[in-house]
Amino acid sequence: MNAAVAAARDAGASSSAGQPLVEIRGLSKVYERGKQKLEVLHHVDLDIASGDFFALMGPSGSGKTTLLNMIGGLDSPTDGSISVGGKRIDRMGEGELARWRAGNVGFVFQFYNLMPALSAQKNVELPLLLTKLSGAQRKNNAAIALQLVGLADRASHKPSELSGGQQQRVAIARAIVSDPTLLVCDEPTGDLDRQSAEEVLTLLQRLNRERGKTIVMVTHDPKAAEYATHTLHLDKGALVEQQRVA
Amino acid sequence: MKYFHLIWAVLFRRKTRTILTMASIVAAFLLFGMLNGVRLAFNDAGKSAAGAQRLQTGSKLSFIETLPISLEQQIEKVPGVKEVAYANWFGGAYQKPEQQIIAFAVSPNYLDLYPDAQIDTQALKDFANTRTGVLVGDQLATKFHWKVGDKIPLLSTTFPQKDGSKTWPVDIVGIMKHKPGEKPTMLDVAVLMHWKYFDDGTPFNRGTVGWYVSRVADVNQSDSVAKAIDALSANSDHETKTMTEQAAMASWIKQIADIGLIVGSIMGAVFFTLLFLTGNTMAQAVRERTSELAVLKTIGFSRGSVMSMVLAESVMLVLIGGVLGLALVTVLSPMVGAASGGTVNLPSVGASTWALGIGLMIAIGLLVGVLPAGRAMRLNIVDALAGR
Repeated sequence: MNAAVAAARDAGASSSAGQPLVEIRGLSKVYERGKQKLEVLHHVDLDIASGDFFALMGPSGSGKTTLLNMIGGLDSPTDGSISVGGKRIDRMGEGELARWRAGNVGFVFQFYNLMPALSAQKNVELPLLLTKLSGAQRKNNAAIALQLVGLADRASHKPSELSGGQQQRVAIARAIVSDPTLLVCDEPTGDLDRQSAEEVLTLLQRLNRERGKTIVMVTHDPKAAEYATHTLHLDKGALVEQQRVA
Repeated sequence: MKYFHLIWAVLFRRKTRTILTMASIVAAFLLFGMLNGVRLAFNDAGKSAAGAQRLQTGSKLSFIETLPISLEQQIEKVPGVKEVAYANWFGGAYQKPEQQIIAFAVSPNYLDLYPDAQIDTQALKDFANTRTGVLVGDQLATKFHWKVGDKIPLLSTTFPQKDGSKTWPVDIVGIMKHKPGEKPTMLDVAVLMHWKYFDDGTPFNRGTVGWYVSRVADVNQSDSVAKAIDALSANSDHETKTMTEQAAMASWIKQIADIGLIVGSIMGAVFFTLLFLTGNTMAQAVRERTSELAVLKTIGFSRGSVMSMVLAESVMLVLIGGVLGLALVTVLSPMVGAASGGTVNLPSVGASTWALGIGLMIAIGLLVGVLPAGRAMRLNIVDALAGR
């Protein structure tokens, strides 16, 4: 284990006295493309404490998104383990993982990925369809989430009637509506202008500081990383540098 | 049900494509509604309470072969037979040979065996007393604007008169129609004339009849009575085949055409084309939504629910179009009938057609949805989100 990796673990562990929310040990991911084997992640160890806001940085192909997908339970490792909230998600089957994601993780994507045929309100309600909430409760919760991101007055608007920044805020409302502990954001400001990006980052920071959401965000933008509490740099599938921002 | 708004929204995401696809489904089920009505009408021919009591005796060789009139008295003596009547095919047409109508030359007691027809007592008396008198079905009367008292020139495409003329002048003495609340019968669209007038008038019949109709005392003995009637002509030059009216009707229709096969073939071709058309629409719709489906799976929708939603979408697409198509037949049938003054009579859509239609809609919907639904179910989230 190199010094940077050890420091990263220490950085995560130091931010919280108890058990880390995300605990990654010896994580490797190898993709097979025909006869070629491509190692995207190489023996990554990382702890993320509850309430942390981590920015994952690094050049293209460094493995940031792959690591993020694994933390979010979208991809499975070739080797190593990932525990989130004390649960070994790398051992879960597809169905169990889907149920786990529904209850524990909120996702924010670079291109918002909203359903174009649905209004902002209905988009935000989507994760709640997997719960036992009644229609009225779903509507109410979605309204609260939209209010939280400052878009209560745009509830009936379709994504095509909203700006990029507004669409991303709807996506954030969708991510937080079921009150997950962990938010996983893949380049959430990558498709936004500076002002919209700052609005989105401020919103994420507020969710982290005021609501205690643990956030893991992939970004290329050093200015975006400044909103996080920790930054991690990956290169060629390995953690090479960590920094505690705040 | 809580996914309904989601399925409905994606179904109409591309309105033009969905509406055009739906229009083709409407057309297919419009055709199905009409053709299945025709098929059922042919299947039901001869099926009536009174029909069950009637046996029809025709030539064993072919329905165009005739039988001797002398057989009537022999059939009457067969145990279990209550009454016997006879008839000939006239080959009728009106105004022009192509405008064919169903016309029979019948024995005086023929209508005694058809209590399911509603005819005025006076009309029956006039028919019995008028040598050139005819009874006409009410649908024909409406179509040709005939009324009682009219003298019309009936054409025979098969039997000319002794002077070579194919025109048979007849007098309309009454109108026949089915009793209220009962199913329409062939008599609604037929012309009945006297067998004696027909036999005396043409040199080509020479005292023969086309078929005999017998009423049996007990329907449970129909088989044994039929065998006894056929035994009368066994090993003669006019061997007979006796069967129930329904079976005779089915056999007669089959000698002309297999309606079930024709309808089945047409609908098979239509639904086969529909399968590809709707299947292509669904495949395209799901392909376009790859990233949306990946997002659904990302936020926790299971493989099963994603598959079910795509299947429900395709079933809903076919159901909406199909129900509209069948409803259109239901609305159009009486309208076309009324507008044409009874000339064009589209069959109505009954409960069995609706049940079969809805079964077909669900089956087609599932069939066209199964491939895209399988694709959606197997979707790899990471690849789909990365656009791979």
